[in-house]
Amino acid sequence: MKIGILIETALNQLKQTNLGVISAACQDGANELFALMFAGAVENHQEILQSYGINKIVTISITGADVDRSPELKARAIIGTMDALKLDALLGISSTDGRDLLARIAAQLDAPLALDCVGVDVAAATVIKSQFSGKTLARIKLWGTPFICGLRPNVIPPKIFPVAAETIPYQIAQEDTRRLQIRSIKKTADEEIDLTEAEIIISAGRPIEAAENFKILKDCAKELGAAVGASRAAVDSGFAPHSMQVGQTGKTVSPKLYIACGISGSVQHFAGMKGSKVIVAVNTDPDAPIFSKCDYGIRGDLFEVVPALTEALKKQRGSENNP
Amino acid sequence: MQIYVCVKQVPDTAASITLLGPREYDDTVKFVMNPFDEFAVEQAIQVREQTGTGEVVVVTVGRESATSMVRTALAMGADRGILVIADIRQLDSIATGRALQQAIAQDGSPDLIITGKQSVDSEGMQIPYRLAAAFNMPIVNEVIRFLLENETVSVEREIGGGIREAIDLTLPCVIGATKGLNEPRYTRLPEIMKARTKELKKIDINELKLAPAAGKLELLELFPEPERGQAVMLQGSVQEMTLQLIDLLKNNEQIL
Repeated sequence: MKIGILIETALNQLKQTNLGVISAACQDGANELFALMFAGAVENHQEILQSYGINKIVTISITGADVDRSPELKARAIIGTMDALKLDALLGISSTDGRDLLARIAAQLDAPLALDCVGVDVAAATVIKSQFSGKTLARIKLWGTPFICGLRPNVIPPKIFPVAAETIPYQIAQEDTRRLQIRSIKKTADEEIDLTEAEIIISAGRPIEAAENFKILKDCAKELGAAVGASRAAVDSGFAPHSMQVGQTGKTVSPKLYIACGISGSVQHFAGMKGSKVIVAVNTDPDAPIFSKCDYGIRGDLFEVVPALTEALKKQRGSENNP
Repeated sequence: MQIYVCVKQVPDTAASITLLGPREYDDTVKFVMNPFDEFAVEQAIQVREQTGTGEVVVVTVGRESATSMVRTALAMGADRGILVIADIRQLDSIATGRALQQAIAQDGSPDLIITGKQSVDSEGMQIPYRLAAAFNMPIVNEVIRFLLENETVSVEREIGGGIREAIDLTLPCVIGATKGLNEPRYTRLPEIMKARTKELKKIDINELKLAPAAGKLELLELFPEPERGQAVMLQGSVQEMTLQLIDLLKNNEQIL
């Protein structure tokens, strides 16, 4: 099979989360893998891509339009490339950008699409994805060529599969109808890491009591290299913006480690974070439902436990730096 | 301004989903309007209130029982409703998108189509895009700010990491709404009574004469997420517990 991988970049770097997607498509070299990326987005990508099994690196450049101003144009350029290469499938990351682009491509092609998948068997064209906001999993067959699949970040471990990759520049001319234009991209909050792609998340519920108290979580997050989240109760009480909400009407996250502080563990919150590999719960209430659905539990007040954790992490880092 | 709002009836977010067979779940739970669609309905009504003309038409594909959800949207202030009767368990996102598109196209000429960003049951995350492609309209999904001025729609969406994109679209267009866009209004008794007399057209999906789709999503099976084992409850003082936790995360889980 010829499979395209939609490569995502951030700050001129390949996102780490691309590698799991490549491994999902690779099947130990059974498929021919095409990394689809926009020219100039990153440098020095060849070595890493070929060490995970990418056979062809397709660098797309567009003439006649500013592709960064319109996801529509991006989608059309990728469709043009997929047609030219006669790809059987397109895989990508189910990030905010990835979901948008993959859905645009699938809709234009009238192709089957599954997003937020936690598993894929490319040979069988089947995926596993959450339904009912993570309350159940569904195995779905995608009938039609090409089929398109977005994988939830971090769910598939990257696996080294060294090959020699060849770069194919692909140029495409486009006309911009200007019916959709990105006017500006601005930073509105001091969050550094995207929750949906974070490897570690520490989040708080209503017991955080005030927006400024999130500082204790941010301090801890800095030590952990984590993103900070919030429960719906904390968001609805005005302690955190909706962009930080984890749960059924917030973000679905799948980190390696999720630390829930003062979160009782409603069905809706669980729906958003149950895909986490390890869940740690900190709660004063011994009967909080979260203690029956986590891996490690600490019965205690988040205002004591979180700063203690931050201090302990700081100390450890100090002793590692000065052995 | 002719505004169409696409909504879906889904199990209440608080409901537990009990599997009854390989592809069946216990659907005797309470059903409600998909939470993201409430923001779509509210936005459509606000646009009509702002422009002072036109109408808001609520469109859904679902069972006869979805009538109550359409009435809720009418009580919020939508002008009329269209319910395409179908067994939605037999429909994938491609077929649902086609049914919604045909129901709208056979009813009128949309200036603006608003949907929720995704349904919380099948979580397909693609209906707004499929509608936009079928109507050849621009689309922005996951919208948290909406402003209409002189035939231009200005929206904002969050793309993670605290970054916001501001995007301009020309009408007609499709918008996918998410939480943060507005506060959906509560319905009061007089409006609920009034909604009962508003027009609600019911069409059997076969009457739409949908052309068959090339692609298809086939549900093979539903199964529960694997259960976690019993939690390890840490013991001791706060300091002892945090040190234990770091040790476990480092040495047992190889995370830190």
